[in-house]
Amino acid sequence: LTAAAADVTVARGRVGDPFSSAWRRRLPLLPALLYVVAITQLPFVVSIYYSFTNLKDKTQSLVPEPTRFVGFANYRQIFSDPFFRQAVWTSVKMTVLAVVLSLIIGTLFAILLDRKFLGQGVIRTLLITPFLLMPVVAALIWKQQMFSSLFGVLNKVLNFLGFNSVAFISDHPLGSIVTVLAWQWTPFMMLIMLAGLQSQPTDIIEAANVDGASPVGIFRQLTLPHLRRYLELGALLGSIYIVQAFDAIDVMTGGGPGSTNVPYYVYQDSIGGGFRYGSASAYAIVVVIFSIIIATFALRVLLSLFKDEERA
Amino acid sequence: MRRGTRLGVGERRAVVLGLGVLAWIVGLLWIFPVAWTVFTSFKTEQDASAQTLHHSLSFGRYSDVSHSTPGTLSLQTAFMNSLVVVVVSTLIVLALALPAAYALAIRPIHRWRDVLFFFISTKFLPVVASIFPIYVYAEKWNLIGTRTVLIVLYIAINLPLAIWMTRSFFMEVPRELIEAAEIDGTNLFNQLRSVILPIVAPGIAATALLCVIFAWNEYFYALQLNFANGSTMPQWVITNVSTRGNFLAKLSAASVIACLPVVLAGWAAQKRMIRGLSMGALK
Repeated sequence: LTAAAADVTVARGRVGDPFSSAWRRRLPLLPALLYVVAITQLPFVVSIYYSFTNLKDKTQSLVPEPTRFVGFANYRQIFSDPFFRQAVWTSVKMTVLAVVLSLIIGTLFAILLDRKFLGQGVIRTLLITPFLLMPVVAALIWKQQMFSSLFGVLNKVLNFLGFNSVAFISDHPLGSIVTVLAWQWTPFMMLIMLAGLQSQPTDIIEAANVDGASPVGIFRQLTLPHLRRYLELGALLGSIYIVQAFDAIDVMTGGGPGSTNVPYYVYQDSIGGGFRYGSASAYAIVVVIFSIIIATFALRVLLSLFKDEERA
Repeated sequence: MRRGTRLGVGERRAVVLGLGVLAWIVGLLWIFPVAWTVFTSFKTEQDASAQTLHHSLSFGRYSDVSHSTPGTLSLQTAFMNSLVVVVVSTLIVLALALPAAYALAIRPIHRWRDVLFFFISTKFLPVVASIFPIYVYAEKWNLIGTRTVLIVLYIAINLPLAIWMTRSFFMEVPRELIEAAEIDGTNLFNQLRSVILPIVAPGIAATALLCVIFAWNEYFYALQLNFANGSTMPQWVITNVSTRGNFLAKLSAASVIACLPVVLAGWAAQKRMIRGLSMGALK
């Protein structure tokens, strides 16, 4: 449906139908809007306020300190905190590695699944399963069944092949977590890329076929440019979720060296043990500023796809 | 046939067959950790720790994990908590999302696009940005450890997604049908019931399933705000990790129990899932 059609309805709405007044039109929207504002926006504003105070959890200290304004002290502390810088770097590495890996593998899977073969539906169904698993369970499966130095299947295979055991999680904490994240998010990327492949205009490809273009040439000249925006969409949506990864870190390493990302660091500083809400809020606000930068790009990609859909 | 004009018929058939076989191998390898966990859940603890291919398989571990020791979180408690939280939050999400989607798709308000993008922008706000005030106020209002606090938060998590998804299904209702119903003098309730609902019902079902999946799997809020008796399934799975004795088979059984409902729901919704996951951008 086109935007023009929507405008027609807006215009028509002004003459004598039950929803003639603008406020009656907005009414059905209000409960949802108010709810979202109350639960997501208000706490954020309160967080900004906290970030300028020395608020601590009263129940957690023997001699409760009165809460007072500390100005930008919490923010100054952030930029002199080497552990926070390390957490930012870990976040970047974790997100980029997991997104790129899952995107590459997911695209390859999508290309494999984009043609008819016996059991296509079965394989597709099986492949999306890791994405449906509880993140906690996915992390536990890998930690206890696959990576474990004592009982792990991977080490059994390595030993069988004549190699020494590897302590995957303690020696490669980031790599282990990235493996699990990429394993879970590959099906998500596969679904997005599959939607991209299937939305390809077949007439152009057929014309190229008739003109004698090679399959590789068709893929490079036609399919890949068409897939670009789907790759962008997958990368951005994946980043939004993966940058906030918490479950896998909590279950697999509990935030050991090299695997503490920013959300986990902020958690440890506050409700995870530190109970310094004031300074933790300041960290959170810095995270939000980074997120807004990423989100601006994400929304732009989403908006462009969205306008295409309306034009179609 | 879209591809491979240069190959002979026989060669092309071999390539197609080869790629089909490759897809099978890759698919089975990818879900190996899942398959192995399902397999382990039927083993004895000794066989599970040795990672052997053993023949004595039974449902013994399933009955082990469903009888908990007193004083720890039981499967029954966690399951009921999850069930109530997931069902109630999903129903409220739909009750809020459907009218909103109506106002954004069927009879779009002025500047509907801005509203739509406002909803989705809340998904970009990191959880840590709002968790402290929520925690402080939940403590103040004695909501820590209750189902209520999780219901309230899960609605907020799923609502933007649900609005985007249902809106994209509402957009598919042909305008002519609604106009025809209006000309016939059908009132709003009957328009909704007999014209709009039959078309969007499968989409609403898929939206509900996706909300169920996200709420069922949620761990961060559940851990922070609900560590005691209000705990949900993810925390129950973790209680099956033990520092004394072998636990791999029991943990596997617990994992299967915790994931099965949602995996089945996801398989059922897979055809329409992509629309929800891409915020309605893809069909």
